[in-house]
Amino acid sequence: MKITVKLFATLRRGRFDRETMEPSDSSRVIDIVRLLEIPEQEAAIIFINSRHAEFDTVLHEGDTLAIFPPVGGG
Amino acid sequence: MDKILRIDMGAKGGPQFKVEALGAYAGLGGRAMTSSVVAQEVPPLCHPLGAENKLVIAPGMLSGTSASMSGRISVGCKSPLTGGIKEANSGGQGAQVLARLGYAAVILEGKPEGDDLYKILINKDGVKIEKDNSLKMLPNYDLVDTLKKIHGDKITCISIGPAGEMKLGAASIAITDIEVRPSRHAGRGGVGAVMGSKRVKVIILDDTGLKNREPKDPEKFRAANKKFVEGLTTHSVTGQALPAYGTNVLTNIINEAGGYPSYNFREGQFAGASKISGETFADIETKRGGSATHPCHRGCVIRCSGTYVDKDGNYLTKQPEYETVWAHGGNCGIDDPDAIAQIDFLDDNIGLDTIEMGATIGVAMQAGLAKFGDAAAAIELVKEVGKGTPLGKILGSGAGVTGKVFGVEKVPVVKNQALPAYDPRAIQGIGVTYATSPMGADHTAGYAIATNILKSGGYVDPLKTEGQVELSRNLQIATTAIDSTGMCLFIAFAVLDQPDTFQALIDLLNAFYGWSLTGDDVTALGKKVLKIERDFNAKAGFTKEQDRLPRFFSTDPVSPHNITFQVKDSELDSVFNW
Ligand code: SF4
Repeated sequence: MKITVKLFATLRRGRFDRETMEPSDSSRVIDIVRLLEIPEQEAAIIFINSRHAEFDTVLHEGDTLAIFPPVGGG
Repeated sequence: MDKILRIDMGAKGGPQFKVEALGAYAGLGGRAMTSSVVAQEVPPLCHPLGAENKLVIAPGMLSGTSASMSGRISVGCKSPLTGGIKEANSGGQGAQVLARLGYAAVILEGKPEGDDLYKILINKDGVKIEKDNSLKMLPNYDLVDTLKKIHGDKITCISIGPAGEMKLGAASIAITDIEVRPSRHAGRGGVGAVMGSKRVKVIILDDTGLKNREPKDPEKFRAANKKFVEGLTTHSVTGQALPAYGTNVLTNIINEAGGYPSYNFREGQFAGASKISGETFADIETKRGGSATHPCHRGCVIRCSGTYVDKDGNYLTKQPEYETVWAHGGNCGIDDPDAIAQIDFLDDNIGLDTIEMGATIGVAMQAGLAKFGDAAAAIELVKEVGKGTPLGKILGSGAGVTGKVFGVEKVPVVKNQALPAYDPRAIQGIGVTYATSPMGADHTAGYAIATNILKSGGYVDPLKTEGQVELSRNLQIATTAIDSTGMCLFIAFAVLDQPDTFQALIDLLNAFYGWSLTGDDVTALGKKVLKIERDFNAKAGFTKEQDRLPRFFSTDPVSPHNITFQVKDSELDSVFNW
C-alpha cells in the first residue's frame, strides 16, 4: 500500500520533510517509526489523517502519517 | 520590592507621585497584584478611558531575583476592549529592572486635562515626571532611539506608540528587550489605550547601580534554582523544541491537527502553512544571519525567541510568535514570511496587539476591504492605523468594532477580544478557555492545546467534549498562579510533566520569602485571583451569557473534521465551580 509520511522539526534532520512510502499491508505506525530509525521517545505526537494515533494504530492505503517530536509553544 | 509608586496624572498643578508601603498588597506580584489593585481601587462601572481607571504595572513575585525565567511583567486595568478586568503579560527587561528598583507596582491614576504628553523616569535616585510634547505620535522604535540619545543605552522603556495615544482598542504597551528594542508587548485588551488616556508616553527605567533582590535563604534559593534550570534544560520541549524553533513550531502541528483557523475561521487547515512554519522561519533566520535562539530578558534559559533579518541581513523584527504568524498569515490567507515579519514590525512600532490586528484584518478581508492572501493590501491596512485615518481608527479598535462597522456576521471575538490561533471546534478544550476566561478570548489563560494536541500533562481528545471543562479549569488556575510569580508561562511544559521541577518552583518562592507554601497553596492563590477577577467582571455587568463563543462556532462545522463547538452552556457555567 501507499502512504504519505510527513516529518517535522528535529525529525527532519538527516531524513526528509515529506515522502511517499510503500510499507506492507497492515503495517502499524511503530513499523514506520522503526524503519525511519526514529527513537521511540522522539515520535511524541502522531497524526493519521489529522487524528491522533498511537504506535499500534494500523495504517491503510492512502493514509497521511505525520510524526512530531515533543513540541510546545503558545 | 517593598514599595508601590503611585502617580496621580490628574493632580492639580501637574502630575504628582508618592511612594507607599505595600500594606494589604504585601507578598503579591504579577497578575495577583494587578488584579487585586484593580478590583480594590477601580470602580467596575467606570469608563476605561476615564480618570477613575488605573493602570497597574507589576513585576512578578520572583522578578528581579536570580531565579531563571522570572522576568515577566503584568499590566492590569479595566480593559477598554472587553469592558472587564485585564491582565496583559509581557517579557522584555521591564519586570527585572522595575523589581530591582524596588517597586512591586507602579500605579498610574487620574488623567490630566489638556493634551500634554509626559515621560516618567525612574532610577536609583528617585522618580521624575516631565512634560515632553516632542515625543507626540512617535512610533515605538523611533521613540526608543530618541530616548537612548538622551538617557543612554542602559535604559528599559515601557511605552506606547501612536495607537496608544489615539486610545485604540488594539493598542499595546511595549517593553524593551535586552537589546533595548521595543519588541515585547503587553498586547491584549487595549492596555496601551489606558496608558494613552493618562497621557503617559513612556516610563523609562534605569537600574544602574542596583543589585538583584536578596532571598531570605540564599543557599536554598540557589539550590532550588539549579534544580529548576536542570528541569527546564533537560525537558524536550523547554530544552530543545522551544529554543530551536520558538513558538511558531506550532504552525505545522496545529495545521496537521485541523485546528488552524484559516480565512477568518472559515477552514481548519491552510495550504500555505509549511511556508510560514517555525521550521521555515528558523531556516531563514539562520541562513540570513539572524538568530533562531534568543532570550527576551536576562535570565531566560528557554530562549524561545529569535531575530528576523531581511535579505541583506538587517534587523527587521524579533522572531514573530506563532500567534502573530497565524493572525497575519494563515488567518488572512497570507503565506509570505517577509510580509508577516514586516507587519509584526509595524504592529510593534505603531503599538498594536498582533493577535487583535491580524484577526481584524481577517474580518476586513471578509468584508471585502482587501482580498484574502493579498499581503500588500494587509500591510497598507495596518499602516492606515498608524496614520490615524478614520479607516485606520476603525481597524485599530479591533475585530469586534470592525465587524460591526462593515456588517460582518462571523466575527471571532469573546467579550469583544479576538480569538487567537486555535480553532475551538477542532480543539474543544481551548474553546472552554476562550469562552470562560475573565480576560476574553485568550489562549494563554488556560492553554488546553498542551493536553489536547501536544500530549503534555496527559491527553484529552480535542474532538470530544469529555474532560475539557476540568482541563480548562485546572489550567486557568495554574496559569493565574504562574502569571503571579513572574515566571514565563512556558515553564509549564516542564512543570506539568516533572513533579521535581514543580517542587523546585515552590522551593524558589519559599526560599526567597521564607514561606512554607505547598502545591495546594499555589492552587489556592490561582483560585483566589480568578475569583477576584470574576467578581469584578460581574460588577462591571458581565453575566454567563458573555461566557460564550460567537454563535457561528456552534452552527458552522469546520473542515477537515466537520465539527462544531459542542461543549454545552451548562458545562461552561461550571468551569469556576471548584
Ligand atoms: S521562553 Fe521565550 S517568552 Fe519566555 S522568557 Fe524566554 S524568550 Fe521570553
